Amino acid sequence: MSPVETINRPAPAPKSSAPGRFGAYGGRYVPETLMAALLELDQCYAEAQADPAFHAELNALLQTYCGRPTPLYFAKRLSEQLGGAKIYLKREDLLHTGAHKINNALGQALLAKRMGKTRIIAETGAGQHGVATATVCALFGLECVVYMGEEDMRRQEPNVYRMRLLGAEVRGVSAGSATLKDAINEAMRDWVTNVRNTFYILGSALGSHPYPTIVRDFQRVISRESREQILAAEDKLPDTVVACVGGGSNAIGAFYEYLNDASVALVGVEAGGRGTALGEHAARFHGGIPGVLQGTYSYVLQDDAGQVSSTHSVSAGLDYASVGPEHAMLHDSGRATYTYAMDHEALEAVKVLSRTEGIIPALESAHAIAEAIKLAPKMGKDKILMVNVSGRGDKDIGILRNEMSLEGSEAKK
Amino acid sequence: MSIKFEKKPGLVIYLTAGDPDLATTRDMAIAAVDAGADVIELGVPFSDPLADGPVIQRASERAVAKGTRLEDVLKTCREIRNARANAGIILFSYLNPVVRYGMTAFAKAAKDAGADGVLLTDMIVEEAGEYLEAMRANDLAPVFLAAPTSPDERLKAIAENSRGFVYAISRVGITGTQTELAADAETLVKRLKQFAQIPVALGFGISTPEHVKTVAGFADAAVVGSALVALVEKTPAAEAPRAVGEFVRQLKEGGQPST
Repeated sequence: MSPVETINRPAPAPKSSAPGRFGAYGGRYVPETLMAALLELDQCYAEAQADPAFHAELNALLQTYCGRPTPLYFAKRLSEQLGGAKIYLKREDLLHTGAHKINNALGQALLAKRMGKTRIIAETGAGQHGVATATVCALFGLECVVYMGEEDMRRQEPNVYRMRLLGAEVRGVSAGSATLKDAINEAMRDWVTNVRNTFYILGSALGSHPYPTIVRDFQRVISRESREQILAAEDKLPDTVVACVGGGSNAIGAFYEYLNDASVALVGVEAGGRGTALGEHAARFHGGIPGVLQGTYSYVLQDDAGQVSSTHSVSAGLDYASVGPEHAMLHDSGRATYTYAMDHEALEAVKVLSRTEGIIPALESAHAIAEAIKLAPKMGKDKILMVNVSGRGDKDIGILRNEMSLEGSEAKK
Repeated sequence: MSIKFEKKPGLVIYLTAGDPDLATTRDMAIAAVDAGADVIELGVPFSDPLADGPVIQRASERAVAKGTRLEDVLKTCREIRNARANAGIILFSYLNPVVRYGMTAFAKAAKDAGADGVLLTDMIVEEAGEYLEAMRANDLAPVFLAAPTSPDERLKAIAENSRGFVYAISRVGITGTQTELAADAETLVKRLKQFAQIPVALGFGISTPEHVKTVAGFADAAVVGSALVALVEKTPAAEAPRAVGEFVRQLKEGGQPST
């Protein structure tokens, strides 16, 4: 068998009757030490779901502390400039702490309180989940340790300072490529060691069951609101919903309530990085094959020996070798399609949105904007294109300054 | 089946295959067997060893960087088996390299390579249907991990599904040496013994003859990993087999329980 054939051979899904499956994907592939904690979390979450007091507390805080509901904004100038579909932006960037991440961090912190855990750990890539976690820990008076790759600490420096200002301890991780995957490894090592008093607030819809389900449920509020809002504004559903996909939490939140609306196309946008070779991008559905990484079975960028490959993206939040298992299922079933935007396209999209609408998106979210810029002109003026703006771009000012000249419209190579 | 612990203390030795190189791994394994190791755990290096401490992380990183593949570890296993017919040999891996290879194909290849059993770090009993089937079909022993945090019903399932031995984790945490044995350890072994008809080996943090001696008092075998890998790390390749043999001899002799 040639190396190419080997790479393209899909690995068969492990057969399993255990819970937490999304089609063939998901599951629980963890060291035994964590199983008791995962089972306890599973049970606590089921009880919380059935408890009206839990929802009342969560919803009150989402409203009064986080700023929900977030607006659905008609981007008139951007729509006119692109000359096609009407573009609506779901403004998760307007949430407290500047991204959708707080929806989930808040929900999980309430679960941690319910379980009597006094110490919180988290991983973070772009720093948005770390900031959200540090924030809710400050709010509830919980000890907080955030693991972050040293490369990400360098490129998302403002968020490192924000976490420390909020009272969290930020621990740098130098292993591997010193990015999100390495931070998750280190967070899991901490969790295995301190599992008795520690709650792991996982930031994306990945990892072992029940995390992908819990994170998705806490992010569903995005599409629950946007569906009502678009019906109120346009009296019809959007034709297409676009979101960026790193681990996939904002995308699953933005897609979920439309899954049964067959007329709504769902488009996930991965990080195309700077090229198509392994190691140059983080587009798991364009070069990855199913495997097991960090507790779950999903698409993984890996070599033909099963070693997980390094990734690259200008956006730290999308720079990850695997993807949430529910996205893997939606990909295989065709219910959602997954494309990618290159680094330079995302950078350009930041500038376009900033100058047409006065909104500076996070580099992660800019991948979704970049796809909208490609899609909208191909759609009729009666069509509706909804884009989830998952976060704001203040944290990226340092990267933007280095990567792009404000004089020309071209991003620097 | 070559997994047996006849002379106290039972000793399981972990080596990361391909660190410093596969030929040295083979020679170290043979030296360990000759010095009294009952079972060799041959570790398949992985890019993301999330259950391992810094010592084994570094060894994995070095072995992966050298391009060590699962196929290579199987070949090394075959060479050890050819050299020592009666040694116990377990392949120790994270799941992904095995999934990439294909579970059924892997089980066949492991059998052909002369392995006695397999331990998958991130495989729990609930997810193990296909794995157990492949192990059974090839007469290989699946070894599961048991943790101090595992409730009794899980220990029962772990004991009932393991063959060869059950691997009890001495403490909550990742692999690595420590000065004192955790108090968790003896309690866990006692709890496991209620369910296990097969030997119980205790690992994580066991690094000295004194530790081995203590463990021999309540478990069937001690697993020594990071302490060996750390020794390999600081020893030139040419001297590593002799150094490993010497250390294993100390563990075996110094670890004899006082009766």
